[in-house]
Amino acid sequence: MAERIIKLPDVGEGIAEAELVEWHVKIGDIIREDDLLAAVMTDKATVEIPSPVDGEVTWIGAEIGDTVAIGSALVKLKVAGAAGAEEPAAEPEAPKEAPTPASKPVAVPEAPAAKAEAPKPAPTVEPPKAMTVPKPTRGVVQATAQNTAPRRAPGEKPLASPAVRLKAREAGIDLRQLSGTGPAGRILHEDLDAFLLRGPEAERAPGLSQKSAVTDIKVVGLRRRIAEKMALSKSRIPHITIVEEINVTPLEDLRATLNKKPAPERPKLTLLPFLMRAMVKAISEQPNLNALYDDDAGIIHQHAGIHIGIATQTPTGLMVPVVKHAEARDIWGCGIELNRITERARDGSATRDELTGSTITITSLGALGGIATTPVINHPEVAIIGVNKMMIRPVWDGTTFVPRKMMNLSSSFDHRVVDGWDAAVFVQRLKELLENPATLFIDV
Amino acid sequence: MTEITCKLLVIGAGPGGYVCAIRAGQLGLDTVIVESTKLGGSCLNVGCIPSKAMIHVAEEFEKAAHAAAGKTPFGLTASAPKLDLKQAVAWKDGIVQRLNNGVAALLRKSKVKIVHGRARFRDGKTVIVETETGPRTIKAETIVIATGSAPVELPFLPFGGNVISSTGALALTEVPRRLAVVGGGYIGLELGTAFAKLGAKVTVVEAQAGILPLYDTELTAPVARHLAALGVEVLLGAKARGMTPKGDALLIETAGGEEKRIEADKVLVTVGRAPVTAGLGLEELVLDMDGRFIRIGERCETSMRGIHAIGDVTGEPMLAHRAMAQGEMVAEIAAGLARAWDKRCIPAVCFTDPEIVSVGLSPEEARKAGIEIKTGKFPFAANGRAMTRHGEEGFVRIVAQAQTQLVLGVQAVGQGVSELSSAFGLAIEMGATLEDIAGTIHAHPTLGEAVQEAALMALGHAIHI
Repeated sequence: MAERIIKLPDVGEGIAEAELVEWHVKIGDIIREDDLLAAVMTDKATVEIPSPVDGEVTWIGAEIGDTVAIGSALVKLKVAGAAGAEEPAAEPEAPKEAPTPASKPVAVPEAPAAKAEAPKPAPTVEPPKAMTVPKPTRGVVQATAQNTAPRRAPGEKPLASPAVRLKAREAGIDLRQLSGTGPAGRILHEDLDAFLLRGPEAERAPGLSQKSAVTDIKVVGLRRRIAEKMALSKSRIPHITIVEEINVTPLEDLRATLNKKPAPERPKLTLLPFLMRAMVKAISEQPNLNALYDDDAGIIHQHAGIHIGIATQTPTGLMVPVVKHAEARDIWGCGIELNRITERARDGSATRDELTGSTITITSLGALGGIATTPVINHPEVAIIGVNKMMIRPVWDGTTFVPRKMMNLSSSFDHRVVDGWDAAVFVQRLKELLENPATLFIDV
Repeated sequence: MTEITCKLLVIGAGPGGYVCAIRAGQLGLDTVIVESTKLGGSCLNVGCIPSKAMIHVAEEFEKAAHAAAGKTPFGLTASAPKLDLKQAVAWKDGIVQRLNNGVAALLRKSKVKIVHGRARFRDGKTVIVETETGPRTIKAETIVIATGSAPVELPFLPFGGNVISSTGALALTEVPRRLAVVGGGYIGLELGTAFAKLGAKVTVVEAQAGILPLYDTELTAPVARHLAALGVEVLLGAKARGMTPKGDALLIETAGGEEKRIEADKVLVTVGRAPVTAGLGLEELVLDMDGRFIRIGERCETSMRGIHAIGDVTGEPMLAHRAMAQGEMVAEIAAGLARAWDKRCIPAVCFTDPEIVSVGLSPEEARKAGIEIKTGKFPFAANGRAMTRHGEEGFVRIVAQAQTQLVLGVQAVGQGVSELSSAFGLAIEMGATLEDIAGTIHAHPTLGEAVQEAALMALGHAIHI
């Protein structure tokens, strides 16, 4: 075995150093000839550095973001063969890399920029050795501006003739946004004209490049349906949202107790079955919230059966499977049905029937639920209950702060048919029920 | 009491004020300018212009005197010159008057209304002017304070009698036999040199350790040598204490702490200039000050909306050309144009013998700013034109950023170098690099070739040295 040092090859363009932007290998990797080692970025393009030999990586010479001088050691490889195949071997290696058309080094500058930037003749450097073209992503070559002017230190005055300064001032352009292509970085009339045509180029941080690719994605299928439904809801329904905090400490204690002995007929309960039971109780007092509002016909269909839609994230997008007749299910029944239908929605086996017919909806993002949300009503329903994340917060109990498991409910209502007062009463009722879980199971 | 309402009111018709008013008139603004004395300010009446006239007289006299003494190397002789200083002063006054009239004509041409009298603020939009015919109220949307500066008086050397200011020195009709100059800045040395050439025995008393403290010693050394050759005694680190009771000598404390008596027929006090704000009614306004000066921003705006200040009243450098540029800018701002102060340099010229020009950064200033520099310094001793003018003293020095060759500063000392200042300023304002100057053909034979050679020298390949 012998050690072989791979140096950063001349990546062309007469540059002396390049910035390391990506490692494709790490110490201990076994690599083959032509495997990519790293990517470096010059001021024009990202260049991939392949390995000239097979071997095992024993050392890497730079961190991402470091500036590496051309010819300095980049990687050390343990290679098979006689000792003494030392570093100069890298040179004889080079001719083997016959410059194929594919390894043409020069990145194409972004089209609009090309004219505007310094009118340099196309670089006629020979294809640099040991280097490949950066993979074009969606047909757009990663190319940074063709500007070789030294960047000004922050706070330094832009260098420009009085005429350029005047023109810029009258055009409302702050010259500090421009880099000049003239000697010593002087901003020329041409630079200003180009800027006026092209608009500001964003500040480029080292190691980052501007991206101009635009990907067109056709909105079809479920995504299209979600889009239409959301637009319908938001454009038709004047939402009113109430956020209320709930002390769920006792509820969580109860849930923990119940979950201690799971059985087939007793699934592990989440918080949602409790919420469903609370909604059933509250709706019994305010049945107008369990309704579908046919605004075209001017009729509110108030349902006796409580069919709770459960907003569910599936691989294809948002779906709302429905727990039918929650009023007829106990806590376990709610839990079992909840698990079943959300599972079917996720694996794509939910039937049309299981996905329709809700009269009120719950939306819960679990731990992602945020502090407060503004849920969008599942049209044509009139209410949606949003569950925010639970967290321990200090609560003043009258004498001291005590840690309490607190959770917010963010609930939206159709303000056309639900008054703020009614909405508030409903939310307060849910709070009362959830904070005193025993009342969920007692008829009062 | 008549009331005038205008768009722009300029208080003070010095170089800042009158340029501001003319430019405003050009831009079609309804403009009024108020001046309590003569148009043209200190610069035109008692500063730049008259002093240059008297310096010219002194130079001509010195040349003739050299010829009379057989000191020219080219064999010119003449009989001893005689100067009628009264006539010289009248000639100078004639120039001043022509320029006064010129300013008035230019203001009229731009349709600027001139009001003679002393202005006093009543509020931020109103000024009362005491004219010969009574007070006039002027209301303006924008007011520009351009009241300039005046020579500083020392409490123990009040002006009057034999103690004179630069204004008094320019009005002398007889050359004093012995002249003491308190203050070795550019005003004192320009006038002191002129009187020395006219035959006065001149003693300069400077409190600092060197003359012309604004310039580095490399630039001032040729001036110091020439002062010595002229027989001017320069006392450094010395403090003026007052006049003798009889008023025939200046009492000073030398650097060594000794009392010394300097016999003098006149004592010229040139220890700086102070802004003129007294009597202006600034107490009616709430202007932020910067010491004694009015604080301004990059648009020469003061802390009060609608009030701008330009020129010496806003602080250093107290130079006419700075005031002019500020005046022009403020007029354009008043006309609604987008402008801000973005000059890269303000040239400074010292009309001593030899002259000094400094534009941009000196090597020391650049190094202090942490800039890596390269310099080139080309002596006039190697310049053909300097030799044929019989003025080989001095050099051109160029300071550039080492990495980019960007010219940061150009300085020169030598005969007639004041005329090179425009080239220096242009180079810096345009963002020239050493190659730009080196690559520009400079006419032969001129002093300007030394500029090109200095640039070449900084690049490492000067030709003529």
